[in-house]
Amino acid sequence: MTTEIGVLGLQGAVREHLAALSRLGIAARAVKRSAELDGLSGLILPGGESTAISLLAGEGFLARLREMADAGVPLFGTCAGMILLAREIAGQSITYIQAIDITVARNATGRQVDSFETTLSVDGIGDDVPAVFIRAPYITRMGPEVQPLARHEGTVVMAQQGNVLVTSFHPELTDDLRIHRYFLGMVEKYRQEVQQ
Amino acid sequence: MVKKGTFRVKSGLAEMLKGGVIMDVTTADQAKIAEKAGAVAVMALERVPADIRAQGGVARMADPQKVKEIMAAVSIPVMAKVRIGHFVEAQILQALEVDYIDESEVLTPADPRFHIDKWAFTVPFVCGARNLGEACRRIGEGAAMIRTKGEPGTGNVVEAVKHMRLMQEQIRAVIAAPDDELMRMAKEMSAPYEVLLLIREQGRFPVVNFAAGGIATPADAALMMQLGADGIFVGSGIFKSGDPEKRARAIVEATTHYNDPKILAEVSAGLGEAMSGIAIEEIPPHEMMQVR
Repeated sequence: MTTEIGVLGLQGAVREHLAALSRLGIAARAVKRSAELDGLSGLILPGGESTAISLLAGEGFLARLREMADAGVPLFGTCAGMILLAREIAGQSITYIQAIDITVARNATGRQVDSFETTLSVDGIGDDVPAVFIRAPYITRMGPEVQPLARHEGTVVMAQQGNVLVTSFHPELTDDLRIHRYFLGMVEKYRQEVQQ
Repeated sequence: MVKKGTFRVKSGLAEMLKGGVIMDVTTADQAKIAEKAGAVAVMALERVPADIRAQGGVARMADPQKVKEIMAAVSIPVMAKVRIGHFVEAQILQALEVDYIDESEVLTPADPRFHIDKWAFTVPFVCGARNLGEACRRIGEGAAMIRTKGEPGTGNVVEAVKHMRLMQEQIRAVIAAPDDELMRMAKEMSAPYEVLLLIREQGRFPVVNFAAGGIATPADAALMMQLGADGIFVGSGIFKSGDPEKRARAIVEATTHYNDPKILAEVSAGLGEAMSGIAIEEIPPHEMMQVR
């Protein structure tokens, strides 16, 4: 089994994630239909508009992603992808994949004039990781199993629970590949577990 | 350190809209319909292009009250149009905190010679273009997103096709050009040399390029995507049609699955009446919006 990673390709920053994976020498493809999820060792859920992506995916697709999460396949959600993976979304009853025990607040950084870029200290990765926040969601609650990995001004903006990794920000809009490399580490670990 | 309004932050929002549909709306109710249908953003304006074309008169920025109502009604980004060169309308929209400003030929130009200095703003701008030179000049002025001009309010996709094909052809030529021909190309296209250099370095156009102007059907949207558009603006095409909800949803599906004719056939069926269109030859030259 070769390592192949999918990028949910319904809408959003698909190209950037594919480019980051290709620069790391990893085979990757955009996935638009649930049948295309077969055989993937990991999946990235990109930034975009979470309402549009969830509508385009539909319930069957989301159910498949829930199964993948339960089966231990590594999932990495950036921005809208984090909203899709969260257990709860503040101020709305609709949820999607619910693969990580966090509550997120949508558009928590405000409107586009308040979008920003900065550098973050990320546990185990470095203290100078560039991060672009675009109308970004924040993590407002974390369950006991969730490990915070980075904060911005006190708020958690990157977290992991087992096979699920989420960021409020967009590492794919920068040239820095360290966060994608970290995710590949999760994928490698999963593959070894599957082989045993 | 936190930096706002950088080019990466401005163009970054456009990157997030890729593969999506941005819909013209004139009321909060229309904005909600658009959001529910899967629009990635809405464009707030007073009248859709087809009405501006039919009614004539001076078309201006929408009433701030209207813009605020639309912003309050949806959680997706809200864009709004200003007249070409009207930097005070842009200052007002920035103060309202709209997410993107469209310096648009659909409205009556306020300045016949100059576009807005878009570097002076924190809010990002999208501008229309008919060819690569025009697109590069707008980027030179600070635009973080480009769209074809097409011929707005016609329901006729021919001009958008023309503009997209020309731009793609010119981008390919720039990427393939030897070093010593690039300055000459810049001169002939009236394009800033530095932007052409950027295209060559990156091997692609440096910002997101959407299709706009005359898109009325799911097939039109898929056509523009297959021709290389990053996403779709629909102006009059939705709310001037018989069944806006259904058509909006169908255009969203067609934009994502633009390469899958089976899905296109499904979503194109039974949409009711499309907006009635106008042949470009029937438009008197002084009423052409794309030349603004």
